[in-house]
Amino acid sequence: MLTTQRERTAVERSSHRSSGRHISLASALEIASCTDPGVVRSHNEDSIVSDAVMGLAVLADGMGGYNAGEVASGMATTVIASEMENSLKRLRPYDTDGASGRPYGHQLLLDHIAKANTSIYQAAQSQPQYSGMGTTLVAGLFYDNVVAFAHIGDSRAYRLRNGEFTQITKDHSLLQEQIDSGMITAEQARFSHNKNLVTRALGIDPTVDAELKQYDARPGDIYLLCSDGLNDMVPDEDIGSTLEALSANLKLAAQQLVQMANDNGGRDNVSVILVRVLRDYAAPRGLLARMLGWFK
Amino acid sequence: MAKLILSMDGLVLKEYPLTKERTSIGRKPHNDIQIDNLAVSGEHAVIVTILNDSFLEDLGSTNGTLVNGQPIKKHFLQNNDVIELGKYKLKYLAEVGAAAAKTADFERTMVLRPKSGGAGAPAEPAVPAMSTPRPVAQPVAAQAAEVLAAATSPGMPVLDQRKVAAPSPSVSAPVAPGGAVKPQVAAIQVLTGTNAGRELELSKPLTTLGKPGVQVAVITKRPQGYFITHVEGASFPVLNGRTLDAQAHALGDHDVIELAGVKMEFYFK
Repeated sequence: MLTTQRERTAVERSSHRSSGRHISLASALEIASCTDPGVVRSHNEDSIVSDAVMGLAVLADGMGGYNAGEVASGMATTVIASEMENSLKRLRPYDTDGASGRPYGHQLLLDHIAKANTSIYQAAQSQPQYSGMGTTLVAGLFYDNVVAFAHIGDSRAYRLRNGEFTQITKDHSLLQEQIDSGMITAEQARFSHNKNLVTRALGIDPTVDAELKQYDARPGDIYLLCSDGLNDMVPDEDIGSTLEALSANLKLAAQQLVQMANDNGGRDNVSVILVRVLRDYAAPRGLLARMLGWFK
Repeated sequence: MAKLILSMDGLVLKEYPLTKERTSIGRKPHNDIQIDNLAVSGEHAVIVTILNDSFLEDLGSTNGTLVNGQPIKKHFLQNNDVIELGKYKLKYLAEVGAAAAKTADFERTMVLRPKSGGAGAPAEPAVPAMSTPRPVAQPVAAQAAEVLAAATSPGMPVLDQRKVAAPSPSVSAPVAPGGAVKPQVAAIQVLTGTNAGRELELSKPLTTLGKPGVQVAVITKRPQGYFITHVEGASFPVLNGRTLDAQAHALGDHDVIELAGVKMEFYFK
């Protein structure tokens, strides 16, 4: 954690600095999202939150009997978004956390995911109707020309850059483990019956191990966060070409992806968050840059 | 949610939704499903429900439990299974949605606990799913280049048919929601401008029309038919002389679309 000294300094300056940063980030990112219960299921256990001012996008796909899945995914997105909002008032994500040696952007994601895990786990322990509930998660935090993605389970992040559509998270699933160990090929995996088994989830154990990776973000990039209801129903090539064809209208692209999943059967809840990088968003570091940042 | 329908001699007596993780069946009054008949043991059987799956277990009853005519000790219940206790029958009906798509149960995400699952993948019996050969997707660039080359006359709208591979058989084949009829293949023909007479078959799920940065619309091919939607640009496409809004509009045979000053006709082949 912070020393008291540093914390106070951060708070004193936060109003100016954060306003500068917020304005530039909100104008550098365009976000569109869409979530739908699908064709078969009666309720939506997916939960999404996004905020261009914070540069945050969180998507969770809940599991557990009756409405417990919705409770778990809702808790995950709410806890992470509200905690992140509080933290970003006093900390800058590109500064290094003295205690862990990581940028705050990483540390905050991991801390808040851990907090969400505890909340879900405790609710599941104390209330019998929530017993065994959990959720997968993918969360992206954009700051200083990078994006940090943390994920647990089989919710995914993809990137479209210069016409190239790539999956940038690797599922924590039995299927992925089978592919990694060479038991089956990626091609065979499409027809596997084990698609639904995840090896990690938020809220099922007292602690959780989120996988965190940071990527350079460039103007023109489009990032897609999605639940397995999209990538199980629509082949990656189709997702990529749809994003490219409709990149001029992000909202329409999000709706189109959900519609394609439903047209193909819509057997699961389907959620997408699209984030487009409109321009460079390097953090204003020097005093002059910071002052210029206020006027952007 | 799944439910049981209790009947005797073809008469429906009661319906029990499986709301609890553990539903007990027996003659004694404390059971969730009480069947007051001497052929039924005091604690006869129990149904354990986890997510969408229900398991029936006989608790060492005197007269036993049958499922679909076979005596069982433990049984994984499937839609329409008939459980028999003496003269009573309990029909198991899985969740409505899950029953419709039998595989849906299977697809519900579940956690495979690394601890209980042992060494995870290796412990699992190696059942490589059968690998039906899929049509090989052609590279996106090749297709786009081909179309662009055909439409590079200056000042002309670019007709860019994006390559969207046909959905793989595993996802598209078994589920036609609402029994929707597969639409016929349609095409558009350019009516005005230097590209007049050019025809473009709308065989892909998504076809964009227009000039990027000026005005673009997309035609989507869906199980219900073809739809046109505005993508970008200050002006919206005109369909049969009427300006469209931001919503998707169904296309009918011989509709005339006007986009970026060019007229084209939509028709089914």
